[in-house]
Amino acid sequence: MAEVIIDRERCKGCLLCASFCPKQLFTLSDKFNSSGYYPVEIKEMEKCSGCAVCATVCPDVAITAVDR
Amino acid sequence: MRVFERPKMLKDKVFHYCPGCTHGIVHRLVAEIIEEMEIRERTVGVCPVGCAVLAYDYLDIDMQEASHGRAPAVATGIKRVLPDRVVFTYQGDGDLAAIGMTETVHTAARGEPLTVIFINNAIYGMTNGQMAPTTLLGQRTQTTPYGRNAAKEGYPIKVCEMLATLDGPSYIARVSVGSYKSILNARKVLREAFRRQIEENAYALVEVLSTCPTNWSMKPRDAMDWIENEMQETFPVGIFKE
Amino acid sequence: MKKKQVLMKGNEAMAEGAIMAGCRYFFGYPITPQNEVPAHMAVSMPRAGGVFIQAESELAAINMVYGAAGAGARVMTSSSSPGISLKQEGISYLVGAELPCVIANIMRGGPGLGGIQPSQSDYYQAVKGGGHGDYRLIVLAPNSVQEMADLTMLAFDLADIYRNPVMILGDGNLGQMMEPVSFCKFRKRKLPPKDWATTGTAGRSRNIVKSLYLIPEQLEAHNRKLYRKFQTMKRCEVRFEEDIPEGCELLLTAFGTTARICRDVVDKLRQRGHKAGLFRPITLFPFPEERIKEVSSWVKAVMTVEMNMGQMVDDVRLAVEGRCPVHFYGRTGGVVPSVEEIVHEAGKILRGIKK
Repeated sequence: MAEVIIDRERCKGCLLCASFCPKQLFTLSDKFNSSGYYPVEIKEMEKCSGCAVCATVCPDVAITAVDR
Repeated sequence: MRVFERPKMLKDKVFHYCPGCTHGIVHRLVAEIIEEMEIRERTVGVCPVGCAVLAYDYLDIDMQEASHGRAPAVATGIKRVLPDRVVFTYQGDGDLAAIGMTETVHTAARGEPLTVIFINNAIYGMTNGQMAPTTLLGQRTQTTPYGRNAAKEGYPIKVCEMLATLDGPSYIARVSVGSYKSILNARKVLREAFRRQIEENAYALVEVLSTCPTNWSMKPRDAMDWIENEMQETFPVGIFKE
Repeated sequence: MKKKQVLMKGNEAMAEGAIMAGCRYFFGYPITPQNEVPAHMAVSMPRAGGVFIQAESELAAINMVYGAAGAGARVMTSSSSPGISLKQEGISYLVGAELPCVIANIMRGGPGLGGIQPSQSDYYQAVKGGGHGDYRLIVLAPNSVQEMADLTMLAFDLADIYRNPVMILGDGNLGQMMEPVSFCKFRKRKLPPKDWATTGTAGRSRNIVKSLYLIPEQLEAHNRKLYRKFQTMKRCEVRFEEDIPEGCELLLTAFGTTARICRDVVDKLRQRGHKAGLFRPITLFPFPEERIKEVSSWVKAVMTVEMNMGQMVDDVRLAVEGRCPVHFYGRTGGVVPSVEEIVHEAGKILRGIKK
């Protein structure tokens, strides 16, 4: 099983990861972070293949690691 | 197995860039390349005036802050004193192609062994979106509110095409960070630009087509698509000098 | 044993002095009347194992200086008035980033393109800041070819000690004239290592060379730190030369070329029985205000002579604070005043005193 580690505090909710994710796994959290952004989260991590496209396009390097 | 990890060379600080701005992607690529090439301890970077003015807050290397447009001159000074160090500049379109065009051209003509990373987002981001030397014809900015008109504001400057006519540079390339595939290609090309300096003691410039969702008034994904679909018509991606 | 003397132009002596002081990087752009400096550097720098670059502009030259200074090198640039105006932004950044370097201004007439003959009309620009922000340079004013060499050597040490640019303020006359000059072996002072320079992070945490402070309190603290340096310069670096007789009736104050001329003026006045004196600031910043203040309490009058419309005279007046009259005589536009005309002007003042 793959895992995407998201740093909630770095995420600005720009949704680039969501738009590029081949499995459409990203959604915005309903709790904002300390900068006032709603960060992304993955609810169904078991569906992730660990392709790391999200990490490649994330402009804030808020996806700090991808394990496969 | 870990397939991706945030580069250690990036400091903890959260980028000040607007949401969706692809400056951060280029920062990460530069950090990855420096780590991969194991040159962190002998690299000196030069930041511009513009959105990347605070790049030294993010990259854990020695850096100098240059005045507006003069990064290539500052980098020349550093490289002449420390010829065995890896010296790069990171400049925006206003810095490199407007106020600093003289330094850009002459540093390239001298073939200074430097790596120049040129972020072209077709607008002045830091000052709220004025016309850049690379603003596309028809593009609306704060100072071309009716769209850039060639009769009044002239034409966008194609830096790579222009510099490729010089004998000094070893490597001139334009890449994009407007899609996943483009980002992978940008990484390869940027790495080559560092390799040219290190192994061939040569000048290399990589122009990176980058987004400015805030001043383009676009959603981050739409901005990326705009690079791929619109911007590349004026600024084709490719290697202009090998 | 008499030291070996060579006949040199002031500009060449300055360039040679720089190399002897360990300067190995020179970045310049052609402009009259300082072209002998880059010409000398182009020949001598490679021989000394150094680097000479003819930059694409004064802006590029001063920013190459910034990069090289930030990398820890002894570095210099030279120009003349209009070119120095172009360098002002870079000079402001150099002070802001606390980078040591030497900048020579071989002054010519202004404003604008002006002329190419000698002038002293960049005094304000040199001593009051010149670029934006609240800053000072140490400004050294040679008055002979020998001093063009000696003060340039001194300038590199002062720059390193204070981590601040030092300006050599000469003029077209000093740059172009030939005189015998001897070079003593340069004894570099023991100075702290430049552990702030950007040389790569091997074995230490990273160094940043910058002048940007976005938080007002931090920028204020930085300005206060710079101010303390300028105050230390005022305490420790004042240099001047004086020849003031007892009962001095007229004290001439002048720097550089005009101080040479005033030396002859003082001799002529003394031959005619007047008690004339000469005061020559060697550092224009820090200005020898304390000494001028002292002597102004007992000399009868002061006359400042400059090749401009009256600039240093303002600092003389601030030091004199009304204790005696301060007169001014100046020629400008590239005109060098003659001994006779200054003697004539001095005569008018002396007759007024004796009435």
